[in-house]
Amino acid sequence: MNKNKEQLLNKRYKAEQRFRLYGQSAIFMALLFLTIFIFKIFSTGYSAFQKTWLIVPVNFDAELMMLDENPTKQDIEDADYYEIALQSMWNLDPNANEDQQNQLKRMVSYFFEREIKQELLKDPNLLGKTKEVYLTASDDLDQVFKGNYPRDLPEDQRRVSDYQLKIFDQLVANGKVESKFNISFFTNADSREAELAGIASSFMGSIFSILVCLMIAFPVAVLAAIYLEEFAPKNRFTDFIEVNINNLAAVPSIVFGLLGLGVLLAIFQLPRSTPLVGGITLSLMTLPTIIIAARASLKAVPPSIREAALAMGASRMQTTMHHTVPLSMPGTLSGTIIGLAQALGETAPLILIGMVAFVNTIPGSPMDPAASLPVQIYIWAESAERGFVEKVSACIMVLLGFLIIMNLFAQIIRHKFEKKWS
Amino acid sequence: MIKIKAKDVDVFYGKKQALFNISLDIEENQVTALIGPSGCGKSTFLRCLNRMNDVIDICSVKGEILINDFNINDKGCDVVRLREKIGMVFQKPNPFPKTLYENVSYGPTIHGIAQSKQEMDEIVETSLKKAALWEEVKDRLHEPGTGLSGGQQQRLCIARAISVRPEVILMDEPCSALDPIATAQIEELIDELKKEHTIIIVTHSMAQAARVSQNTGFFHLGQLIEHGSTDKIFKNPDNKKTQDYITGRFG
Repeated sequence: MNKNKEQLLNKRYKAEQRFRLYGQSAIFMALLFLTIFIFKIFSTGYSAFQKTWLIVPVNFDAELMMLDENPTKQDIEDADYYEIALQSMWNLDPNANEDQQNQLKRMVSYFFEREIKQELLKDPNLLGKTKEVYLTASDDLDQVFKGNYPRDLPEDQRRVSDYQLKIFDQLVANGKVESKFNISFFTNADSREAELAGIASSFMGSIFSILVCLMIAFPVAVLAAIYLEEFAPKNRFTDFIEVNINNLAAVPSIVFGLLGLGVLLAIFQLPRSTPLVGGITLSLMTLPTIIIAARASLKAVPPSIREAALAMGASRMQTTMHHTVPLSMPGTLSGTIIGLAQALGETAPLILIGMVAFVNTIPGSPMDPAASLPVQIYIWAESAERGFVEKVSACIMVLLGFLIIMNLFAQIIRHKFEKKWS
Repeated sequence: MIKIKAKDVDVFYGKKQALFNISLDIEENQVTALIGPSGCGKSTFLRCLNRMNDVIDICSVKGEILINDFNINDKGCDVVRLREKIGMVFQKPNPFPKTLYENVSYGPTIHGIAQSKQEMDEIVETSLKKAALWEEVKDRLHEPGTGLSGGQQQRLCIARAISVRPEVILMDEPCSALDPIATAQIEELIDELKKEHTIIIVTHSMAQAARVSQNTGFFHLGQLIEHGSTDKIFKNPDNKKTQDYITGRFG
């Protein structure tokens, strides 16, 4: 009898140990996947924050630029830079034939003459002189320099020719290739040229969308939650509404995209591809999340507080506004931030309302066309050029950073205000 | 003098009847204790007196409750005005999660009683003094009321209730969450408060009822079995059930 008991006890201890082991291995797996994921993104993406420049001597030849002596500022603005830009690239190899000259030109970014123009605008005294100018390397050479490009492929499968590589290697040997922090990744809008593409447009697009979403979803959701929780009679109809709010939270986001497309664009004729429409669509999606969070935190306010206020002769409205709502705000706000973070990462509905369009201007208001960060990731991930691969990861890093900051903020709000009254 | 006159009060929770035909007179400036076993309806009756049962959707009250000869169950009765006249202290101390000052000044603020900051300061001070809390908290009026001990919190709730100078104070087992010392303080306070207010207290402790009250009503299963002066109920009750309950044979 006693022995049986001991066996049973041992069995119970063993079962507990096994259970702990399962739990620990589950957590280990989760951490492992997370680490791999983050490592992969960082190792691919970090190089996007560096950009390769070729240092090329440029002769600011007034004649080639069709400039008279003593040109005005406007003249310099309007001058033709293409010729001197071409010349300075061709000068890298004076013996180049026509085909090779073409290849030389393609070693730098498509809009390289603009960089030369900037240089002269900065210092008009350069006219007639020669200066070494930093030119953005083409995205392929950029990848070569970062070691991301397989140089051992047969030439006809590469976008970089043997000749270009030869010249590039010479430049590297002479110290005429430099890598610098890629400011333009943050200041440029999207571009077809990987080396020029940046996240400014999609970043602003995301900010505007989130602001529109916040301004619509927050007041509507909070009012709905307060009414349902504090004022509405509890009957079949309100039960029905409650069930359907929960259902709404589970509706796939692409359905909201279709709604935005069918109603906002087709019926209300709002401007396509804009953060305004994106924000409204996202707010439909965020509404149930905020309503549920707000109702939960209203429910969490102890009924004794309501009774205390009512017994003091406060009206229902005063009880709600003076006591219940302020006490529920931390929970509501952190729910709102989490809802917004979800909206920030949403892609599908934005694609449907046209925020997937190629936008190479930075939006100044919610009425201007824009992309958004997750859609930008999608656009770049679809692009063929090797230069976009690192940009995708870099953009993911920016988006994740954004989300982490928002969630951190939600946590801080919750903790700070919960401690105060407990 | 009779302050409150309840006539044939029935209370229903949905289809279930919780109180049957209660008729009870409450004397002015005296303490009336309502005793009885758990679930007998004494708290329900107390909550009829300031219409706190309105909050519960399924609860309905029938019958007349006359306060100063005015039926509070009439359609024309404004609950906000009613609850200004009839304060309430709950079983569990429930100060607002705000400062002590804001707790006491809340009632006067919403009812527009104080004309100036100075007047409000005075109201807060006198209320806290009457609640015998002033000496302990006068240096920390702007700290959260939830930081006080249980007994202090309950006295804060009493100060909050008397800040609007109600005619009647309802107390729903005000000492059940407190230790004996805090209980003694509250009981002393009740004795002091009855000079200016009519007090109705629901209690589980017969000793407490005997100590603080002048009149007692005994409830059982939703019925008012017996009521009268505390002396009589405790020493020479008419009803056998009352006798059994008081001597501790059931309940």
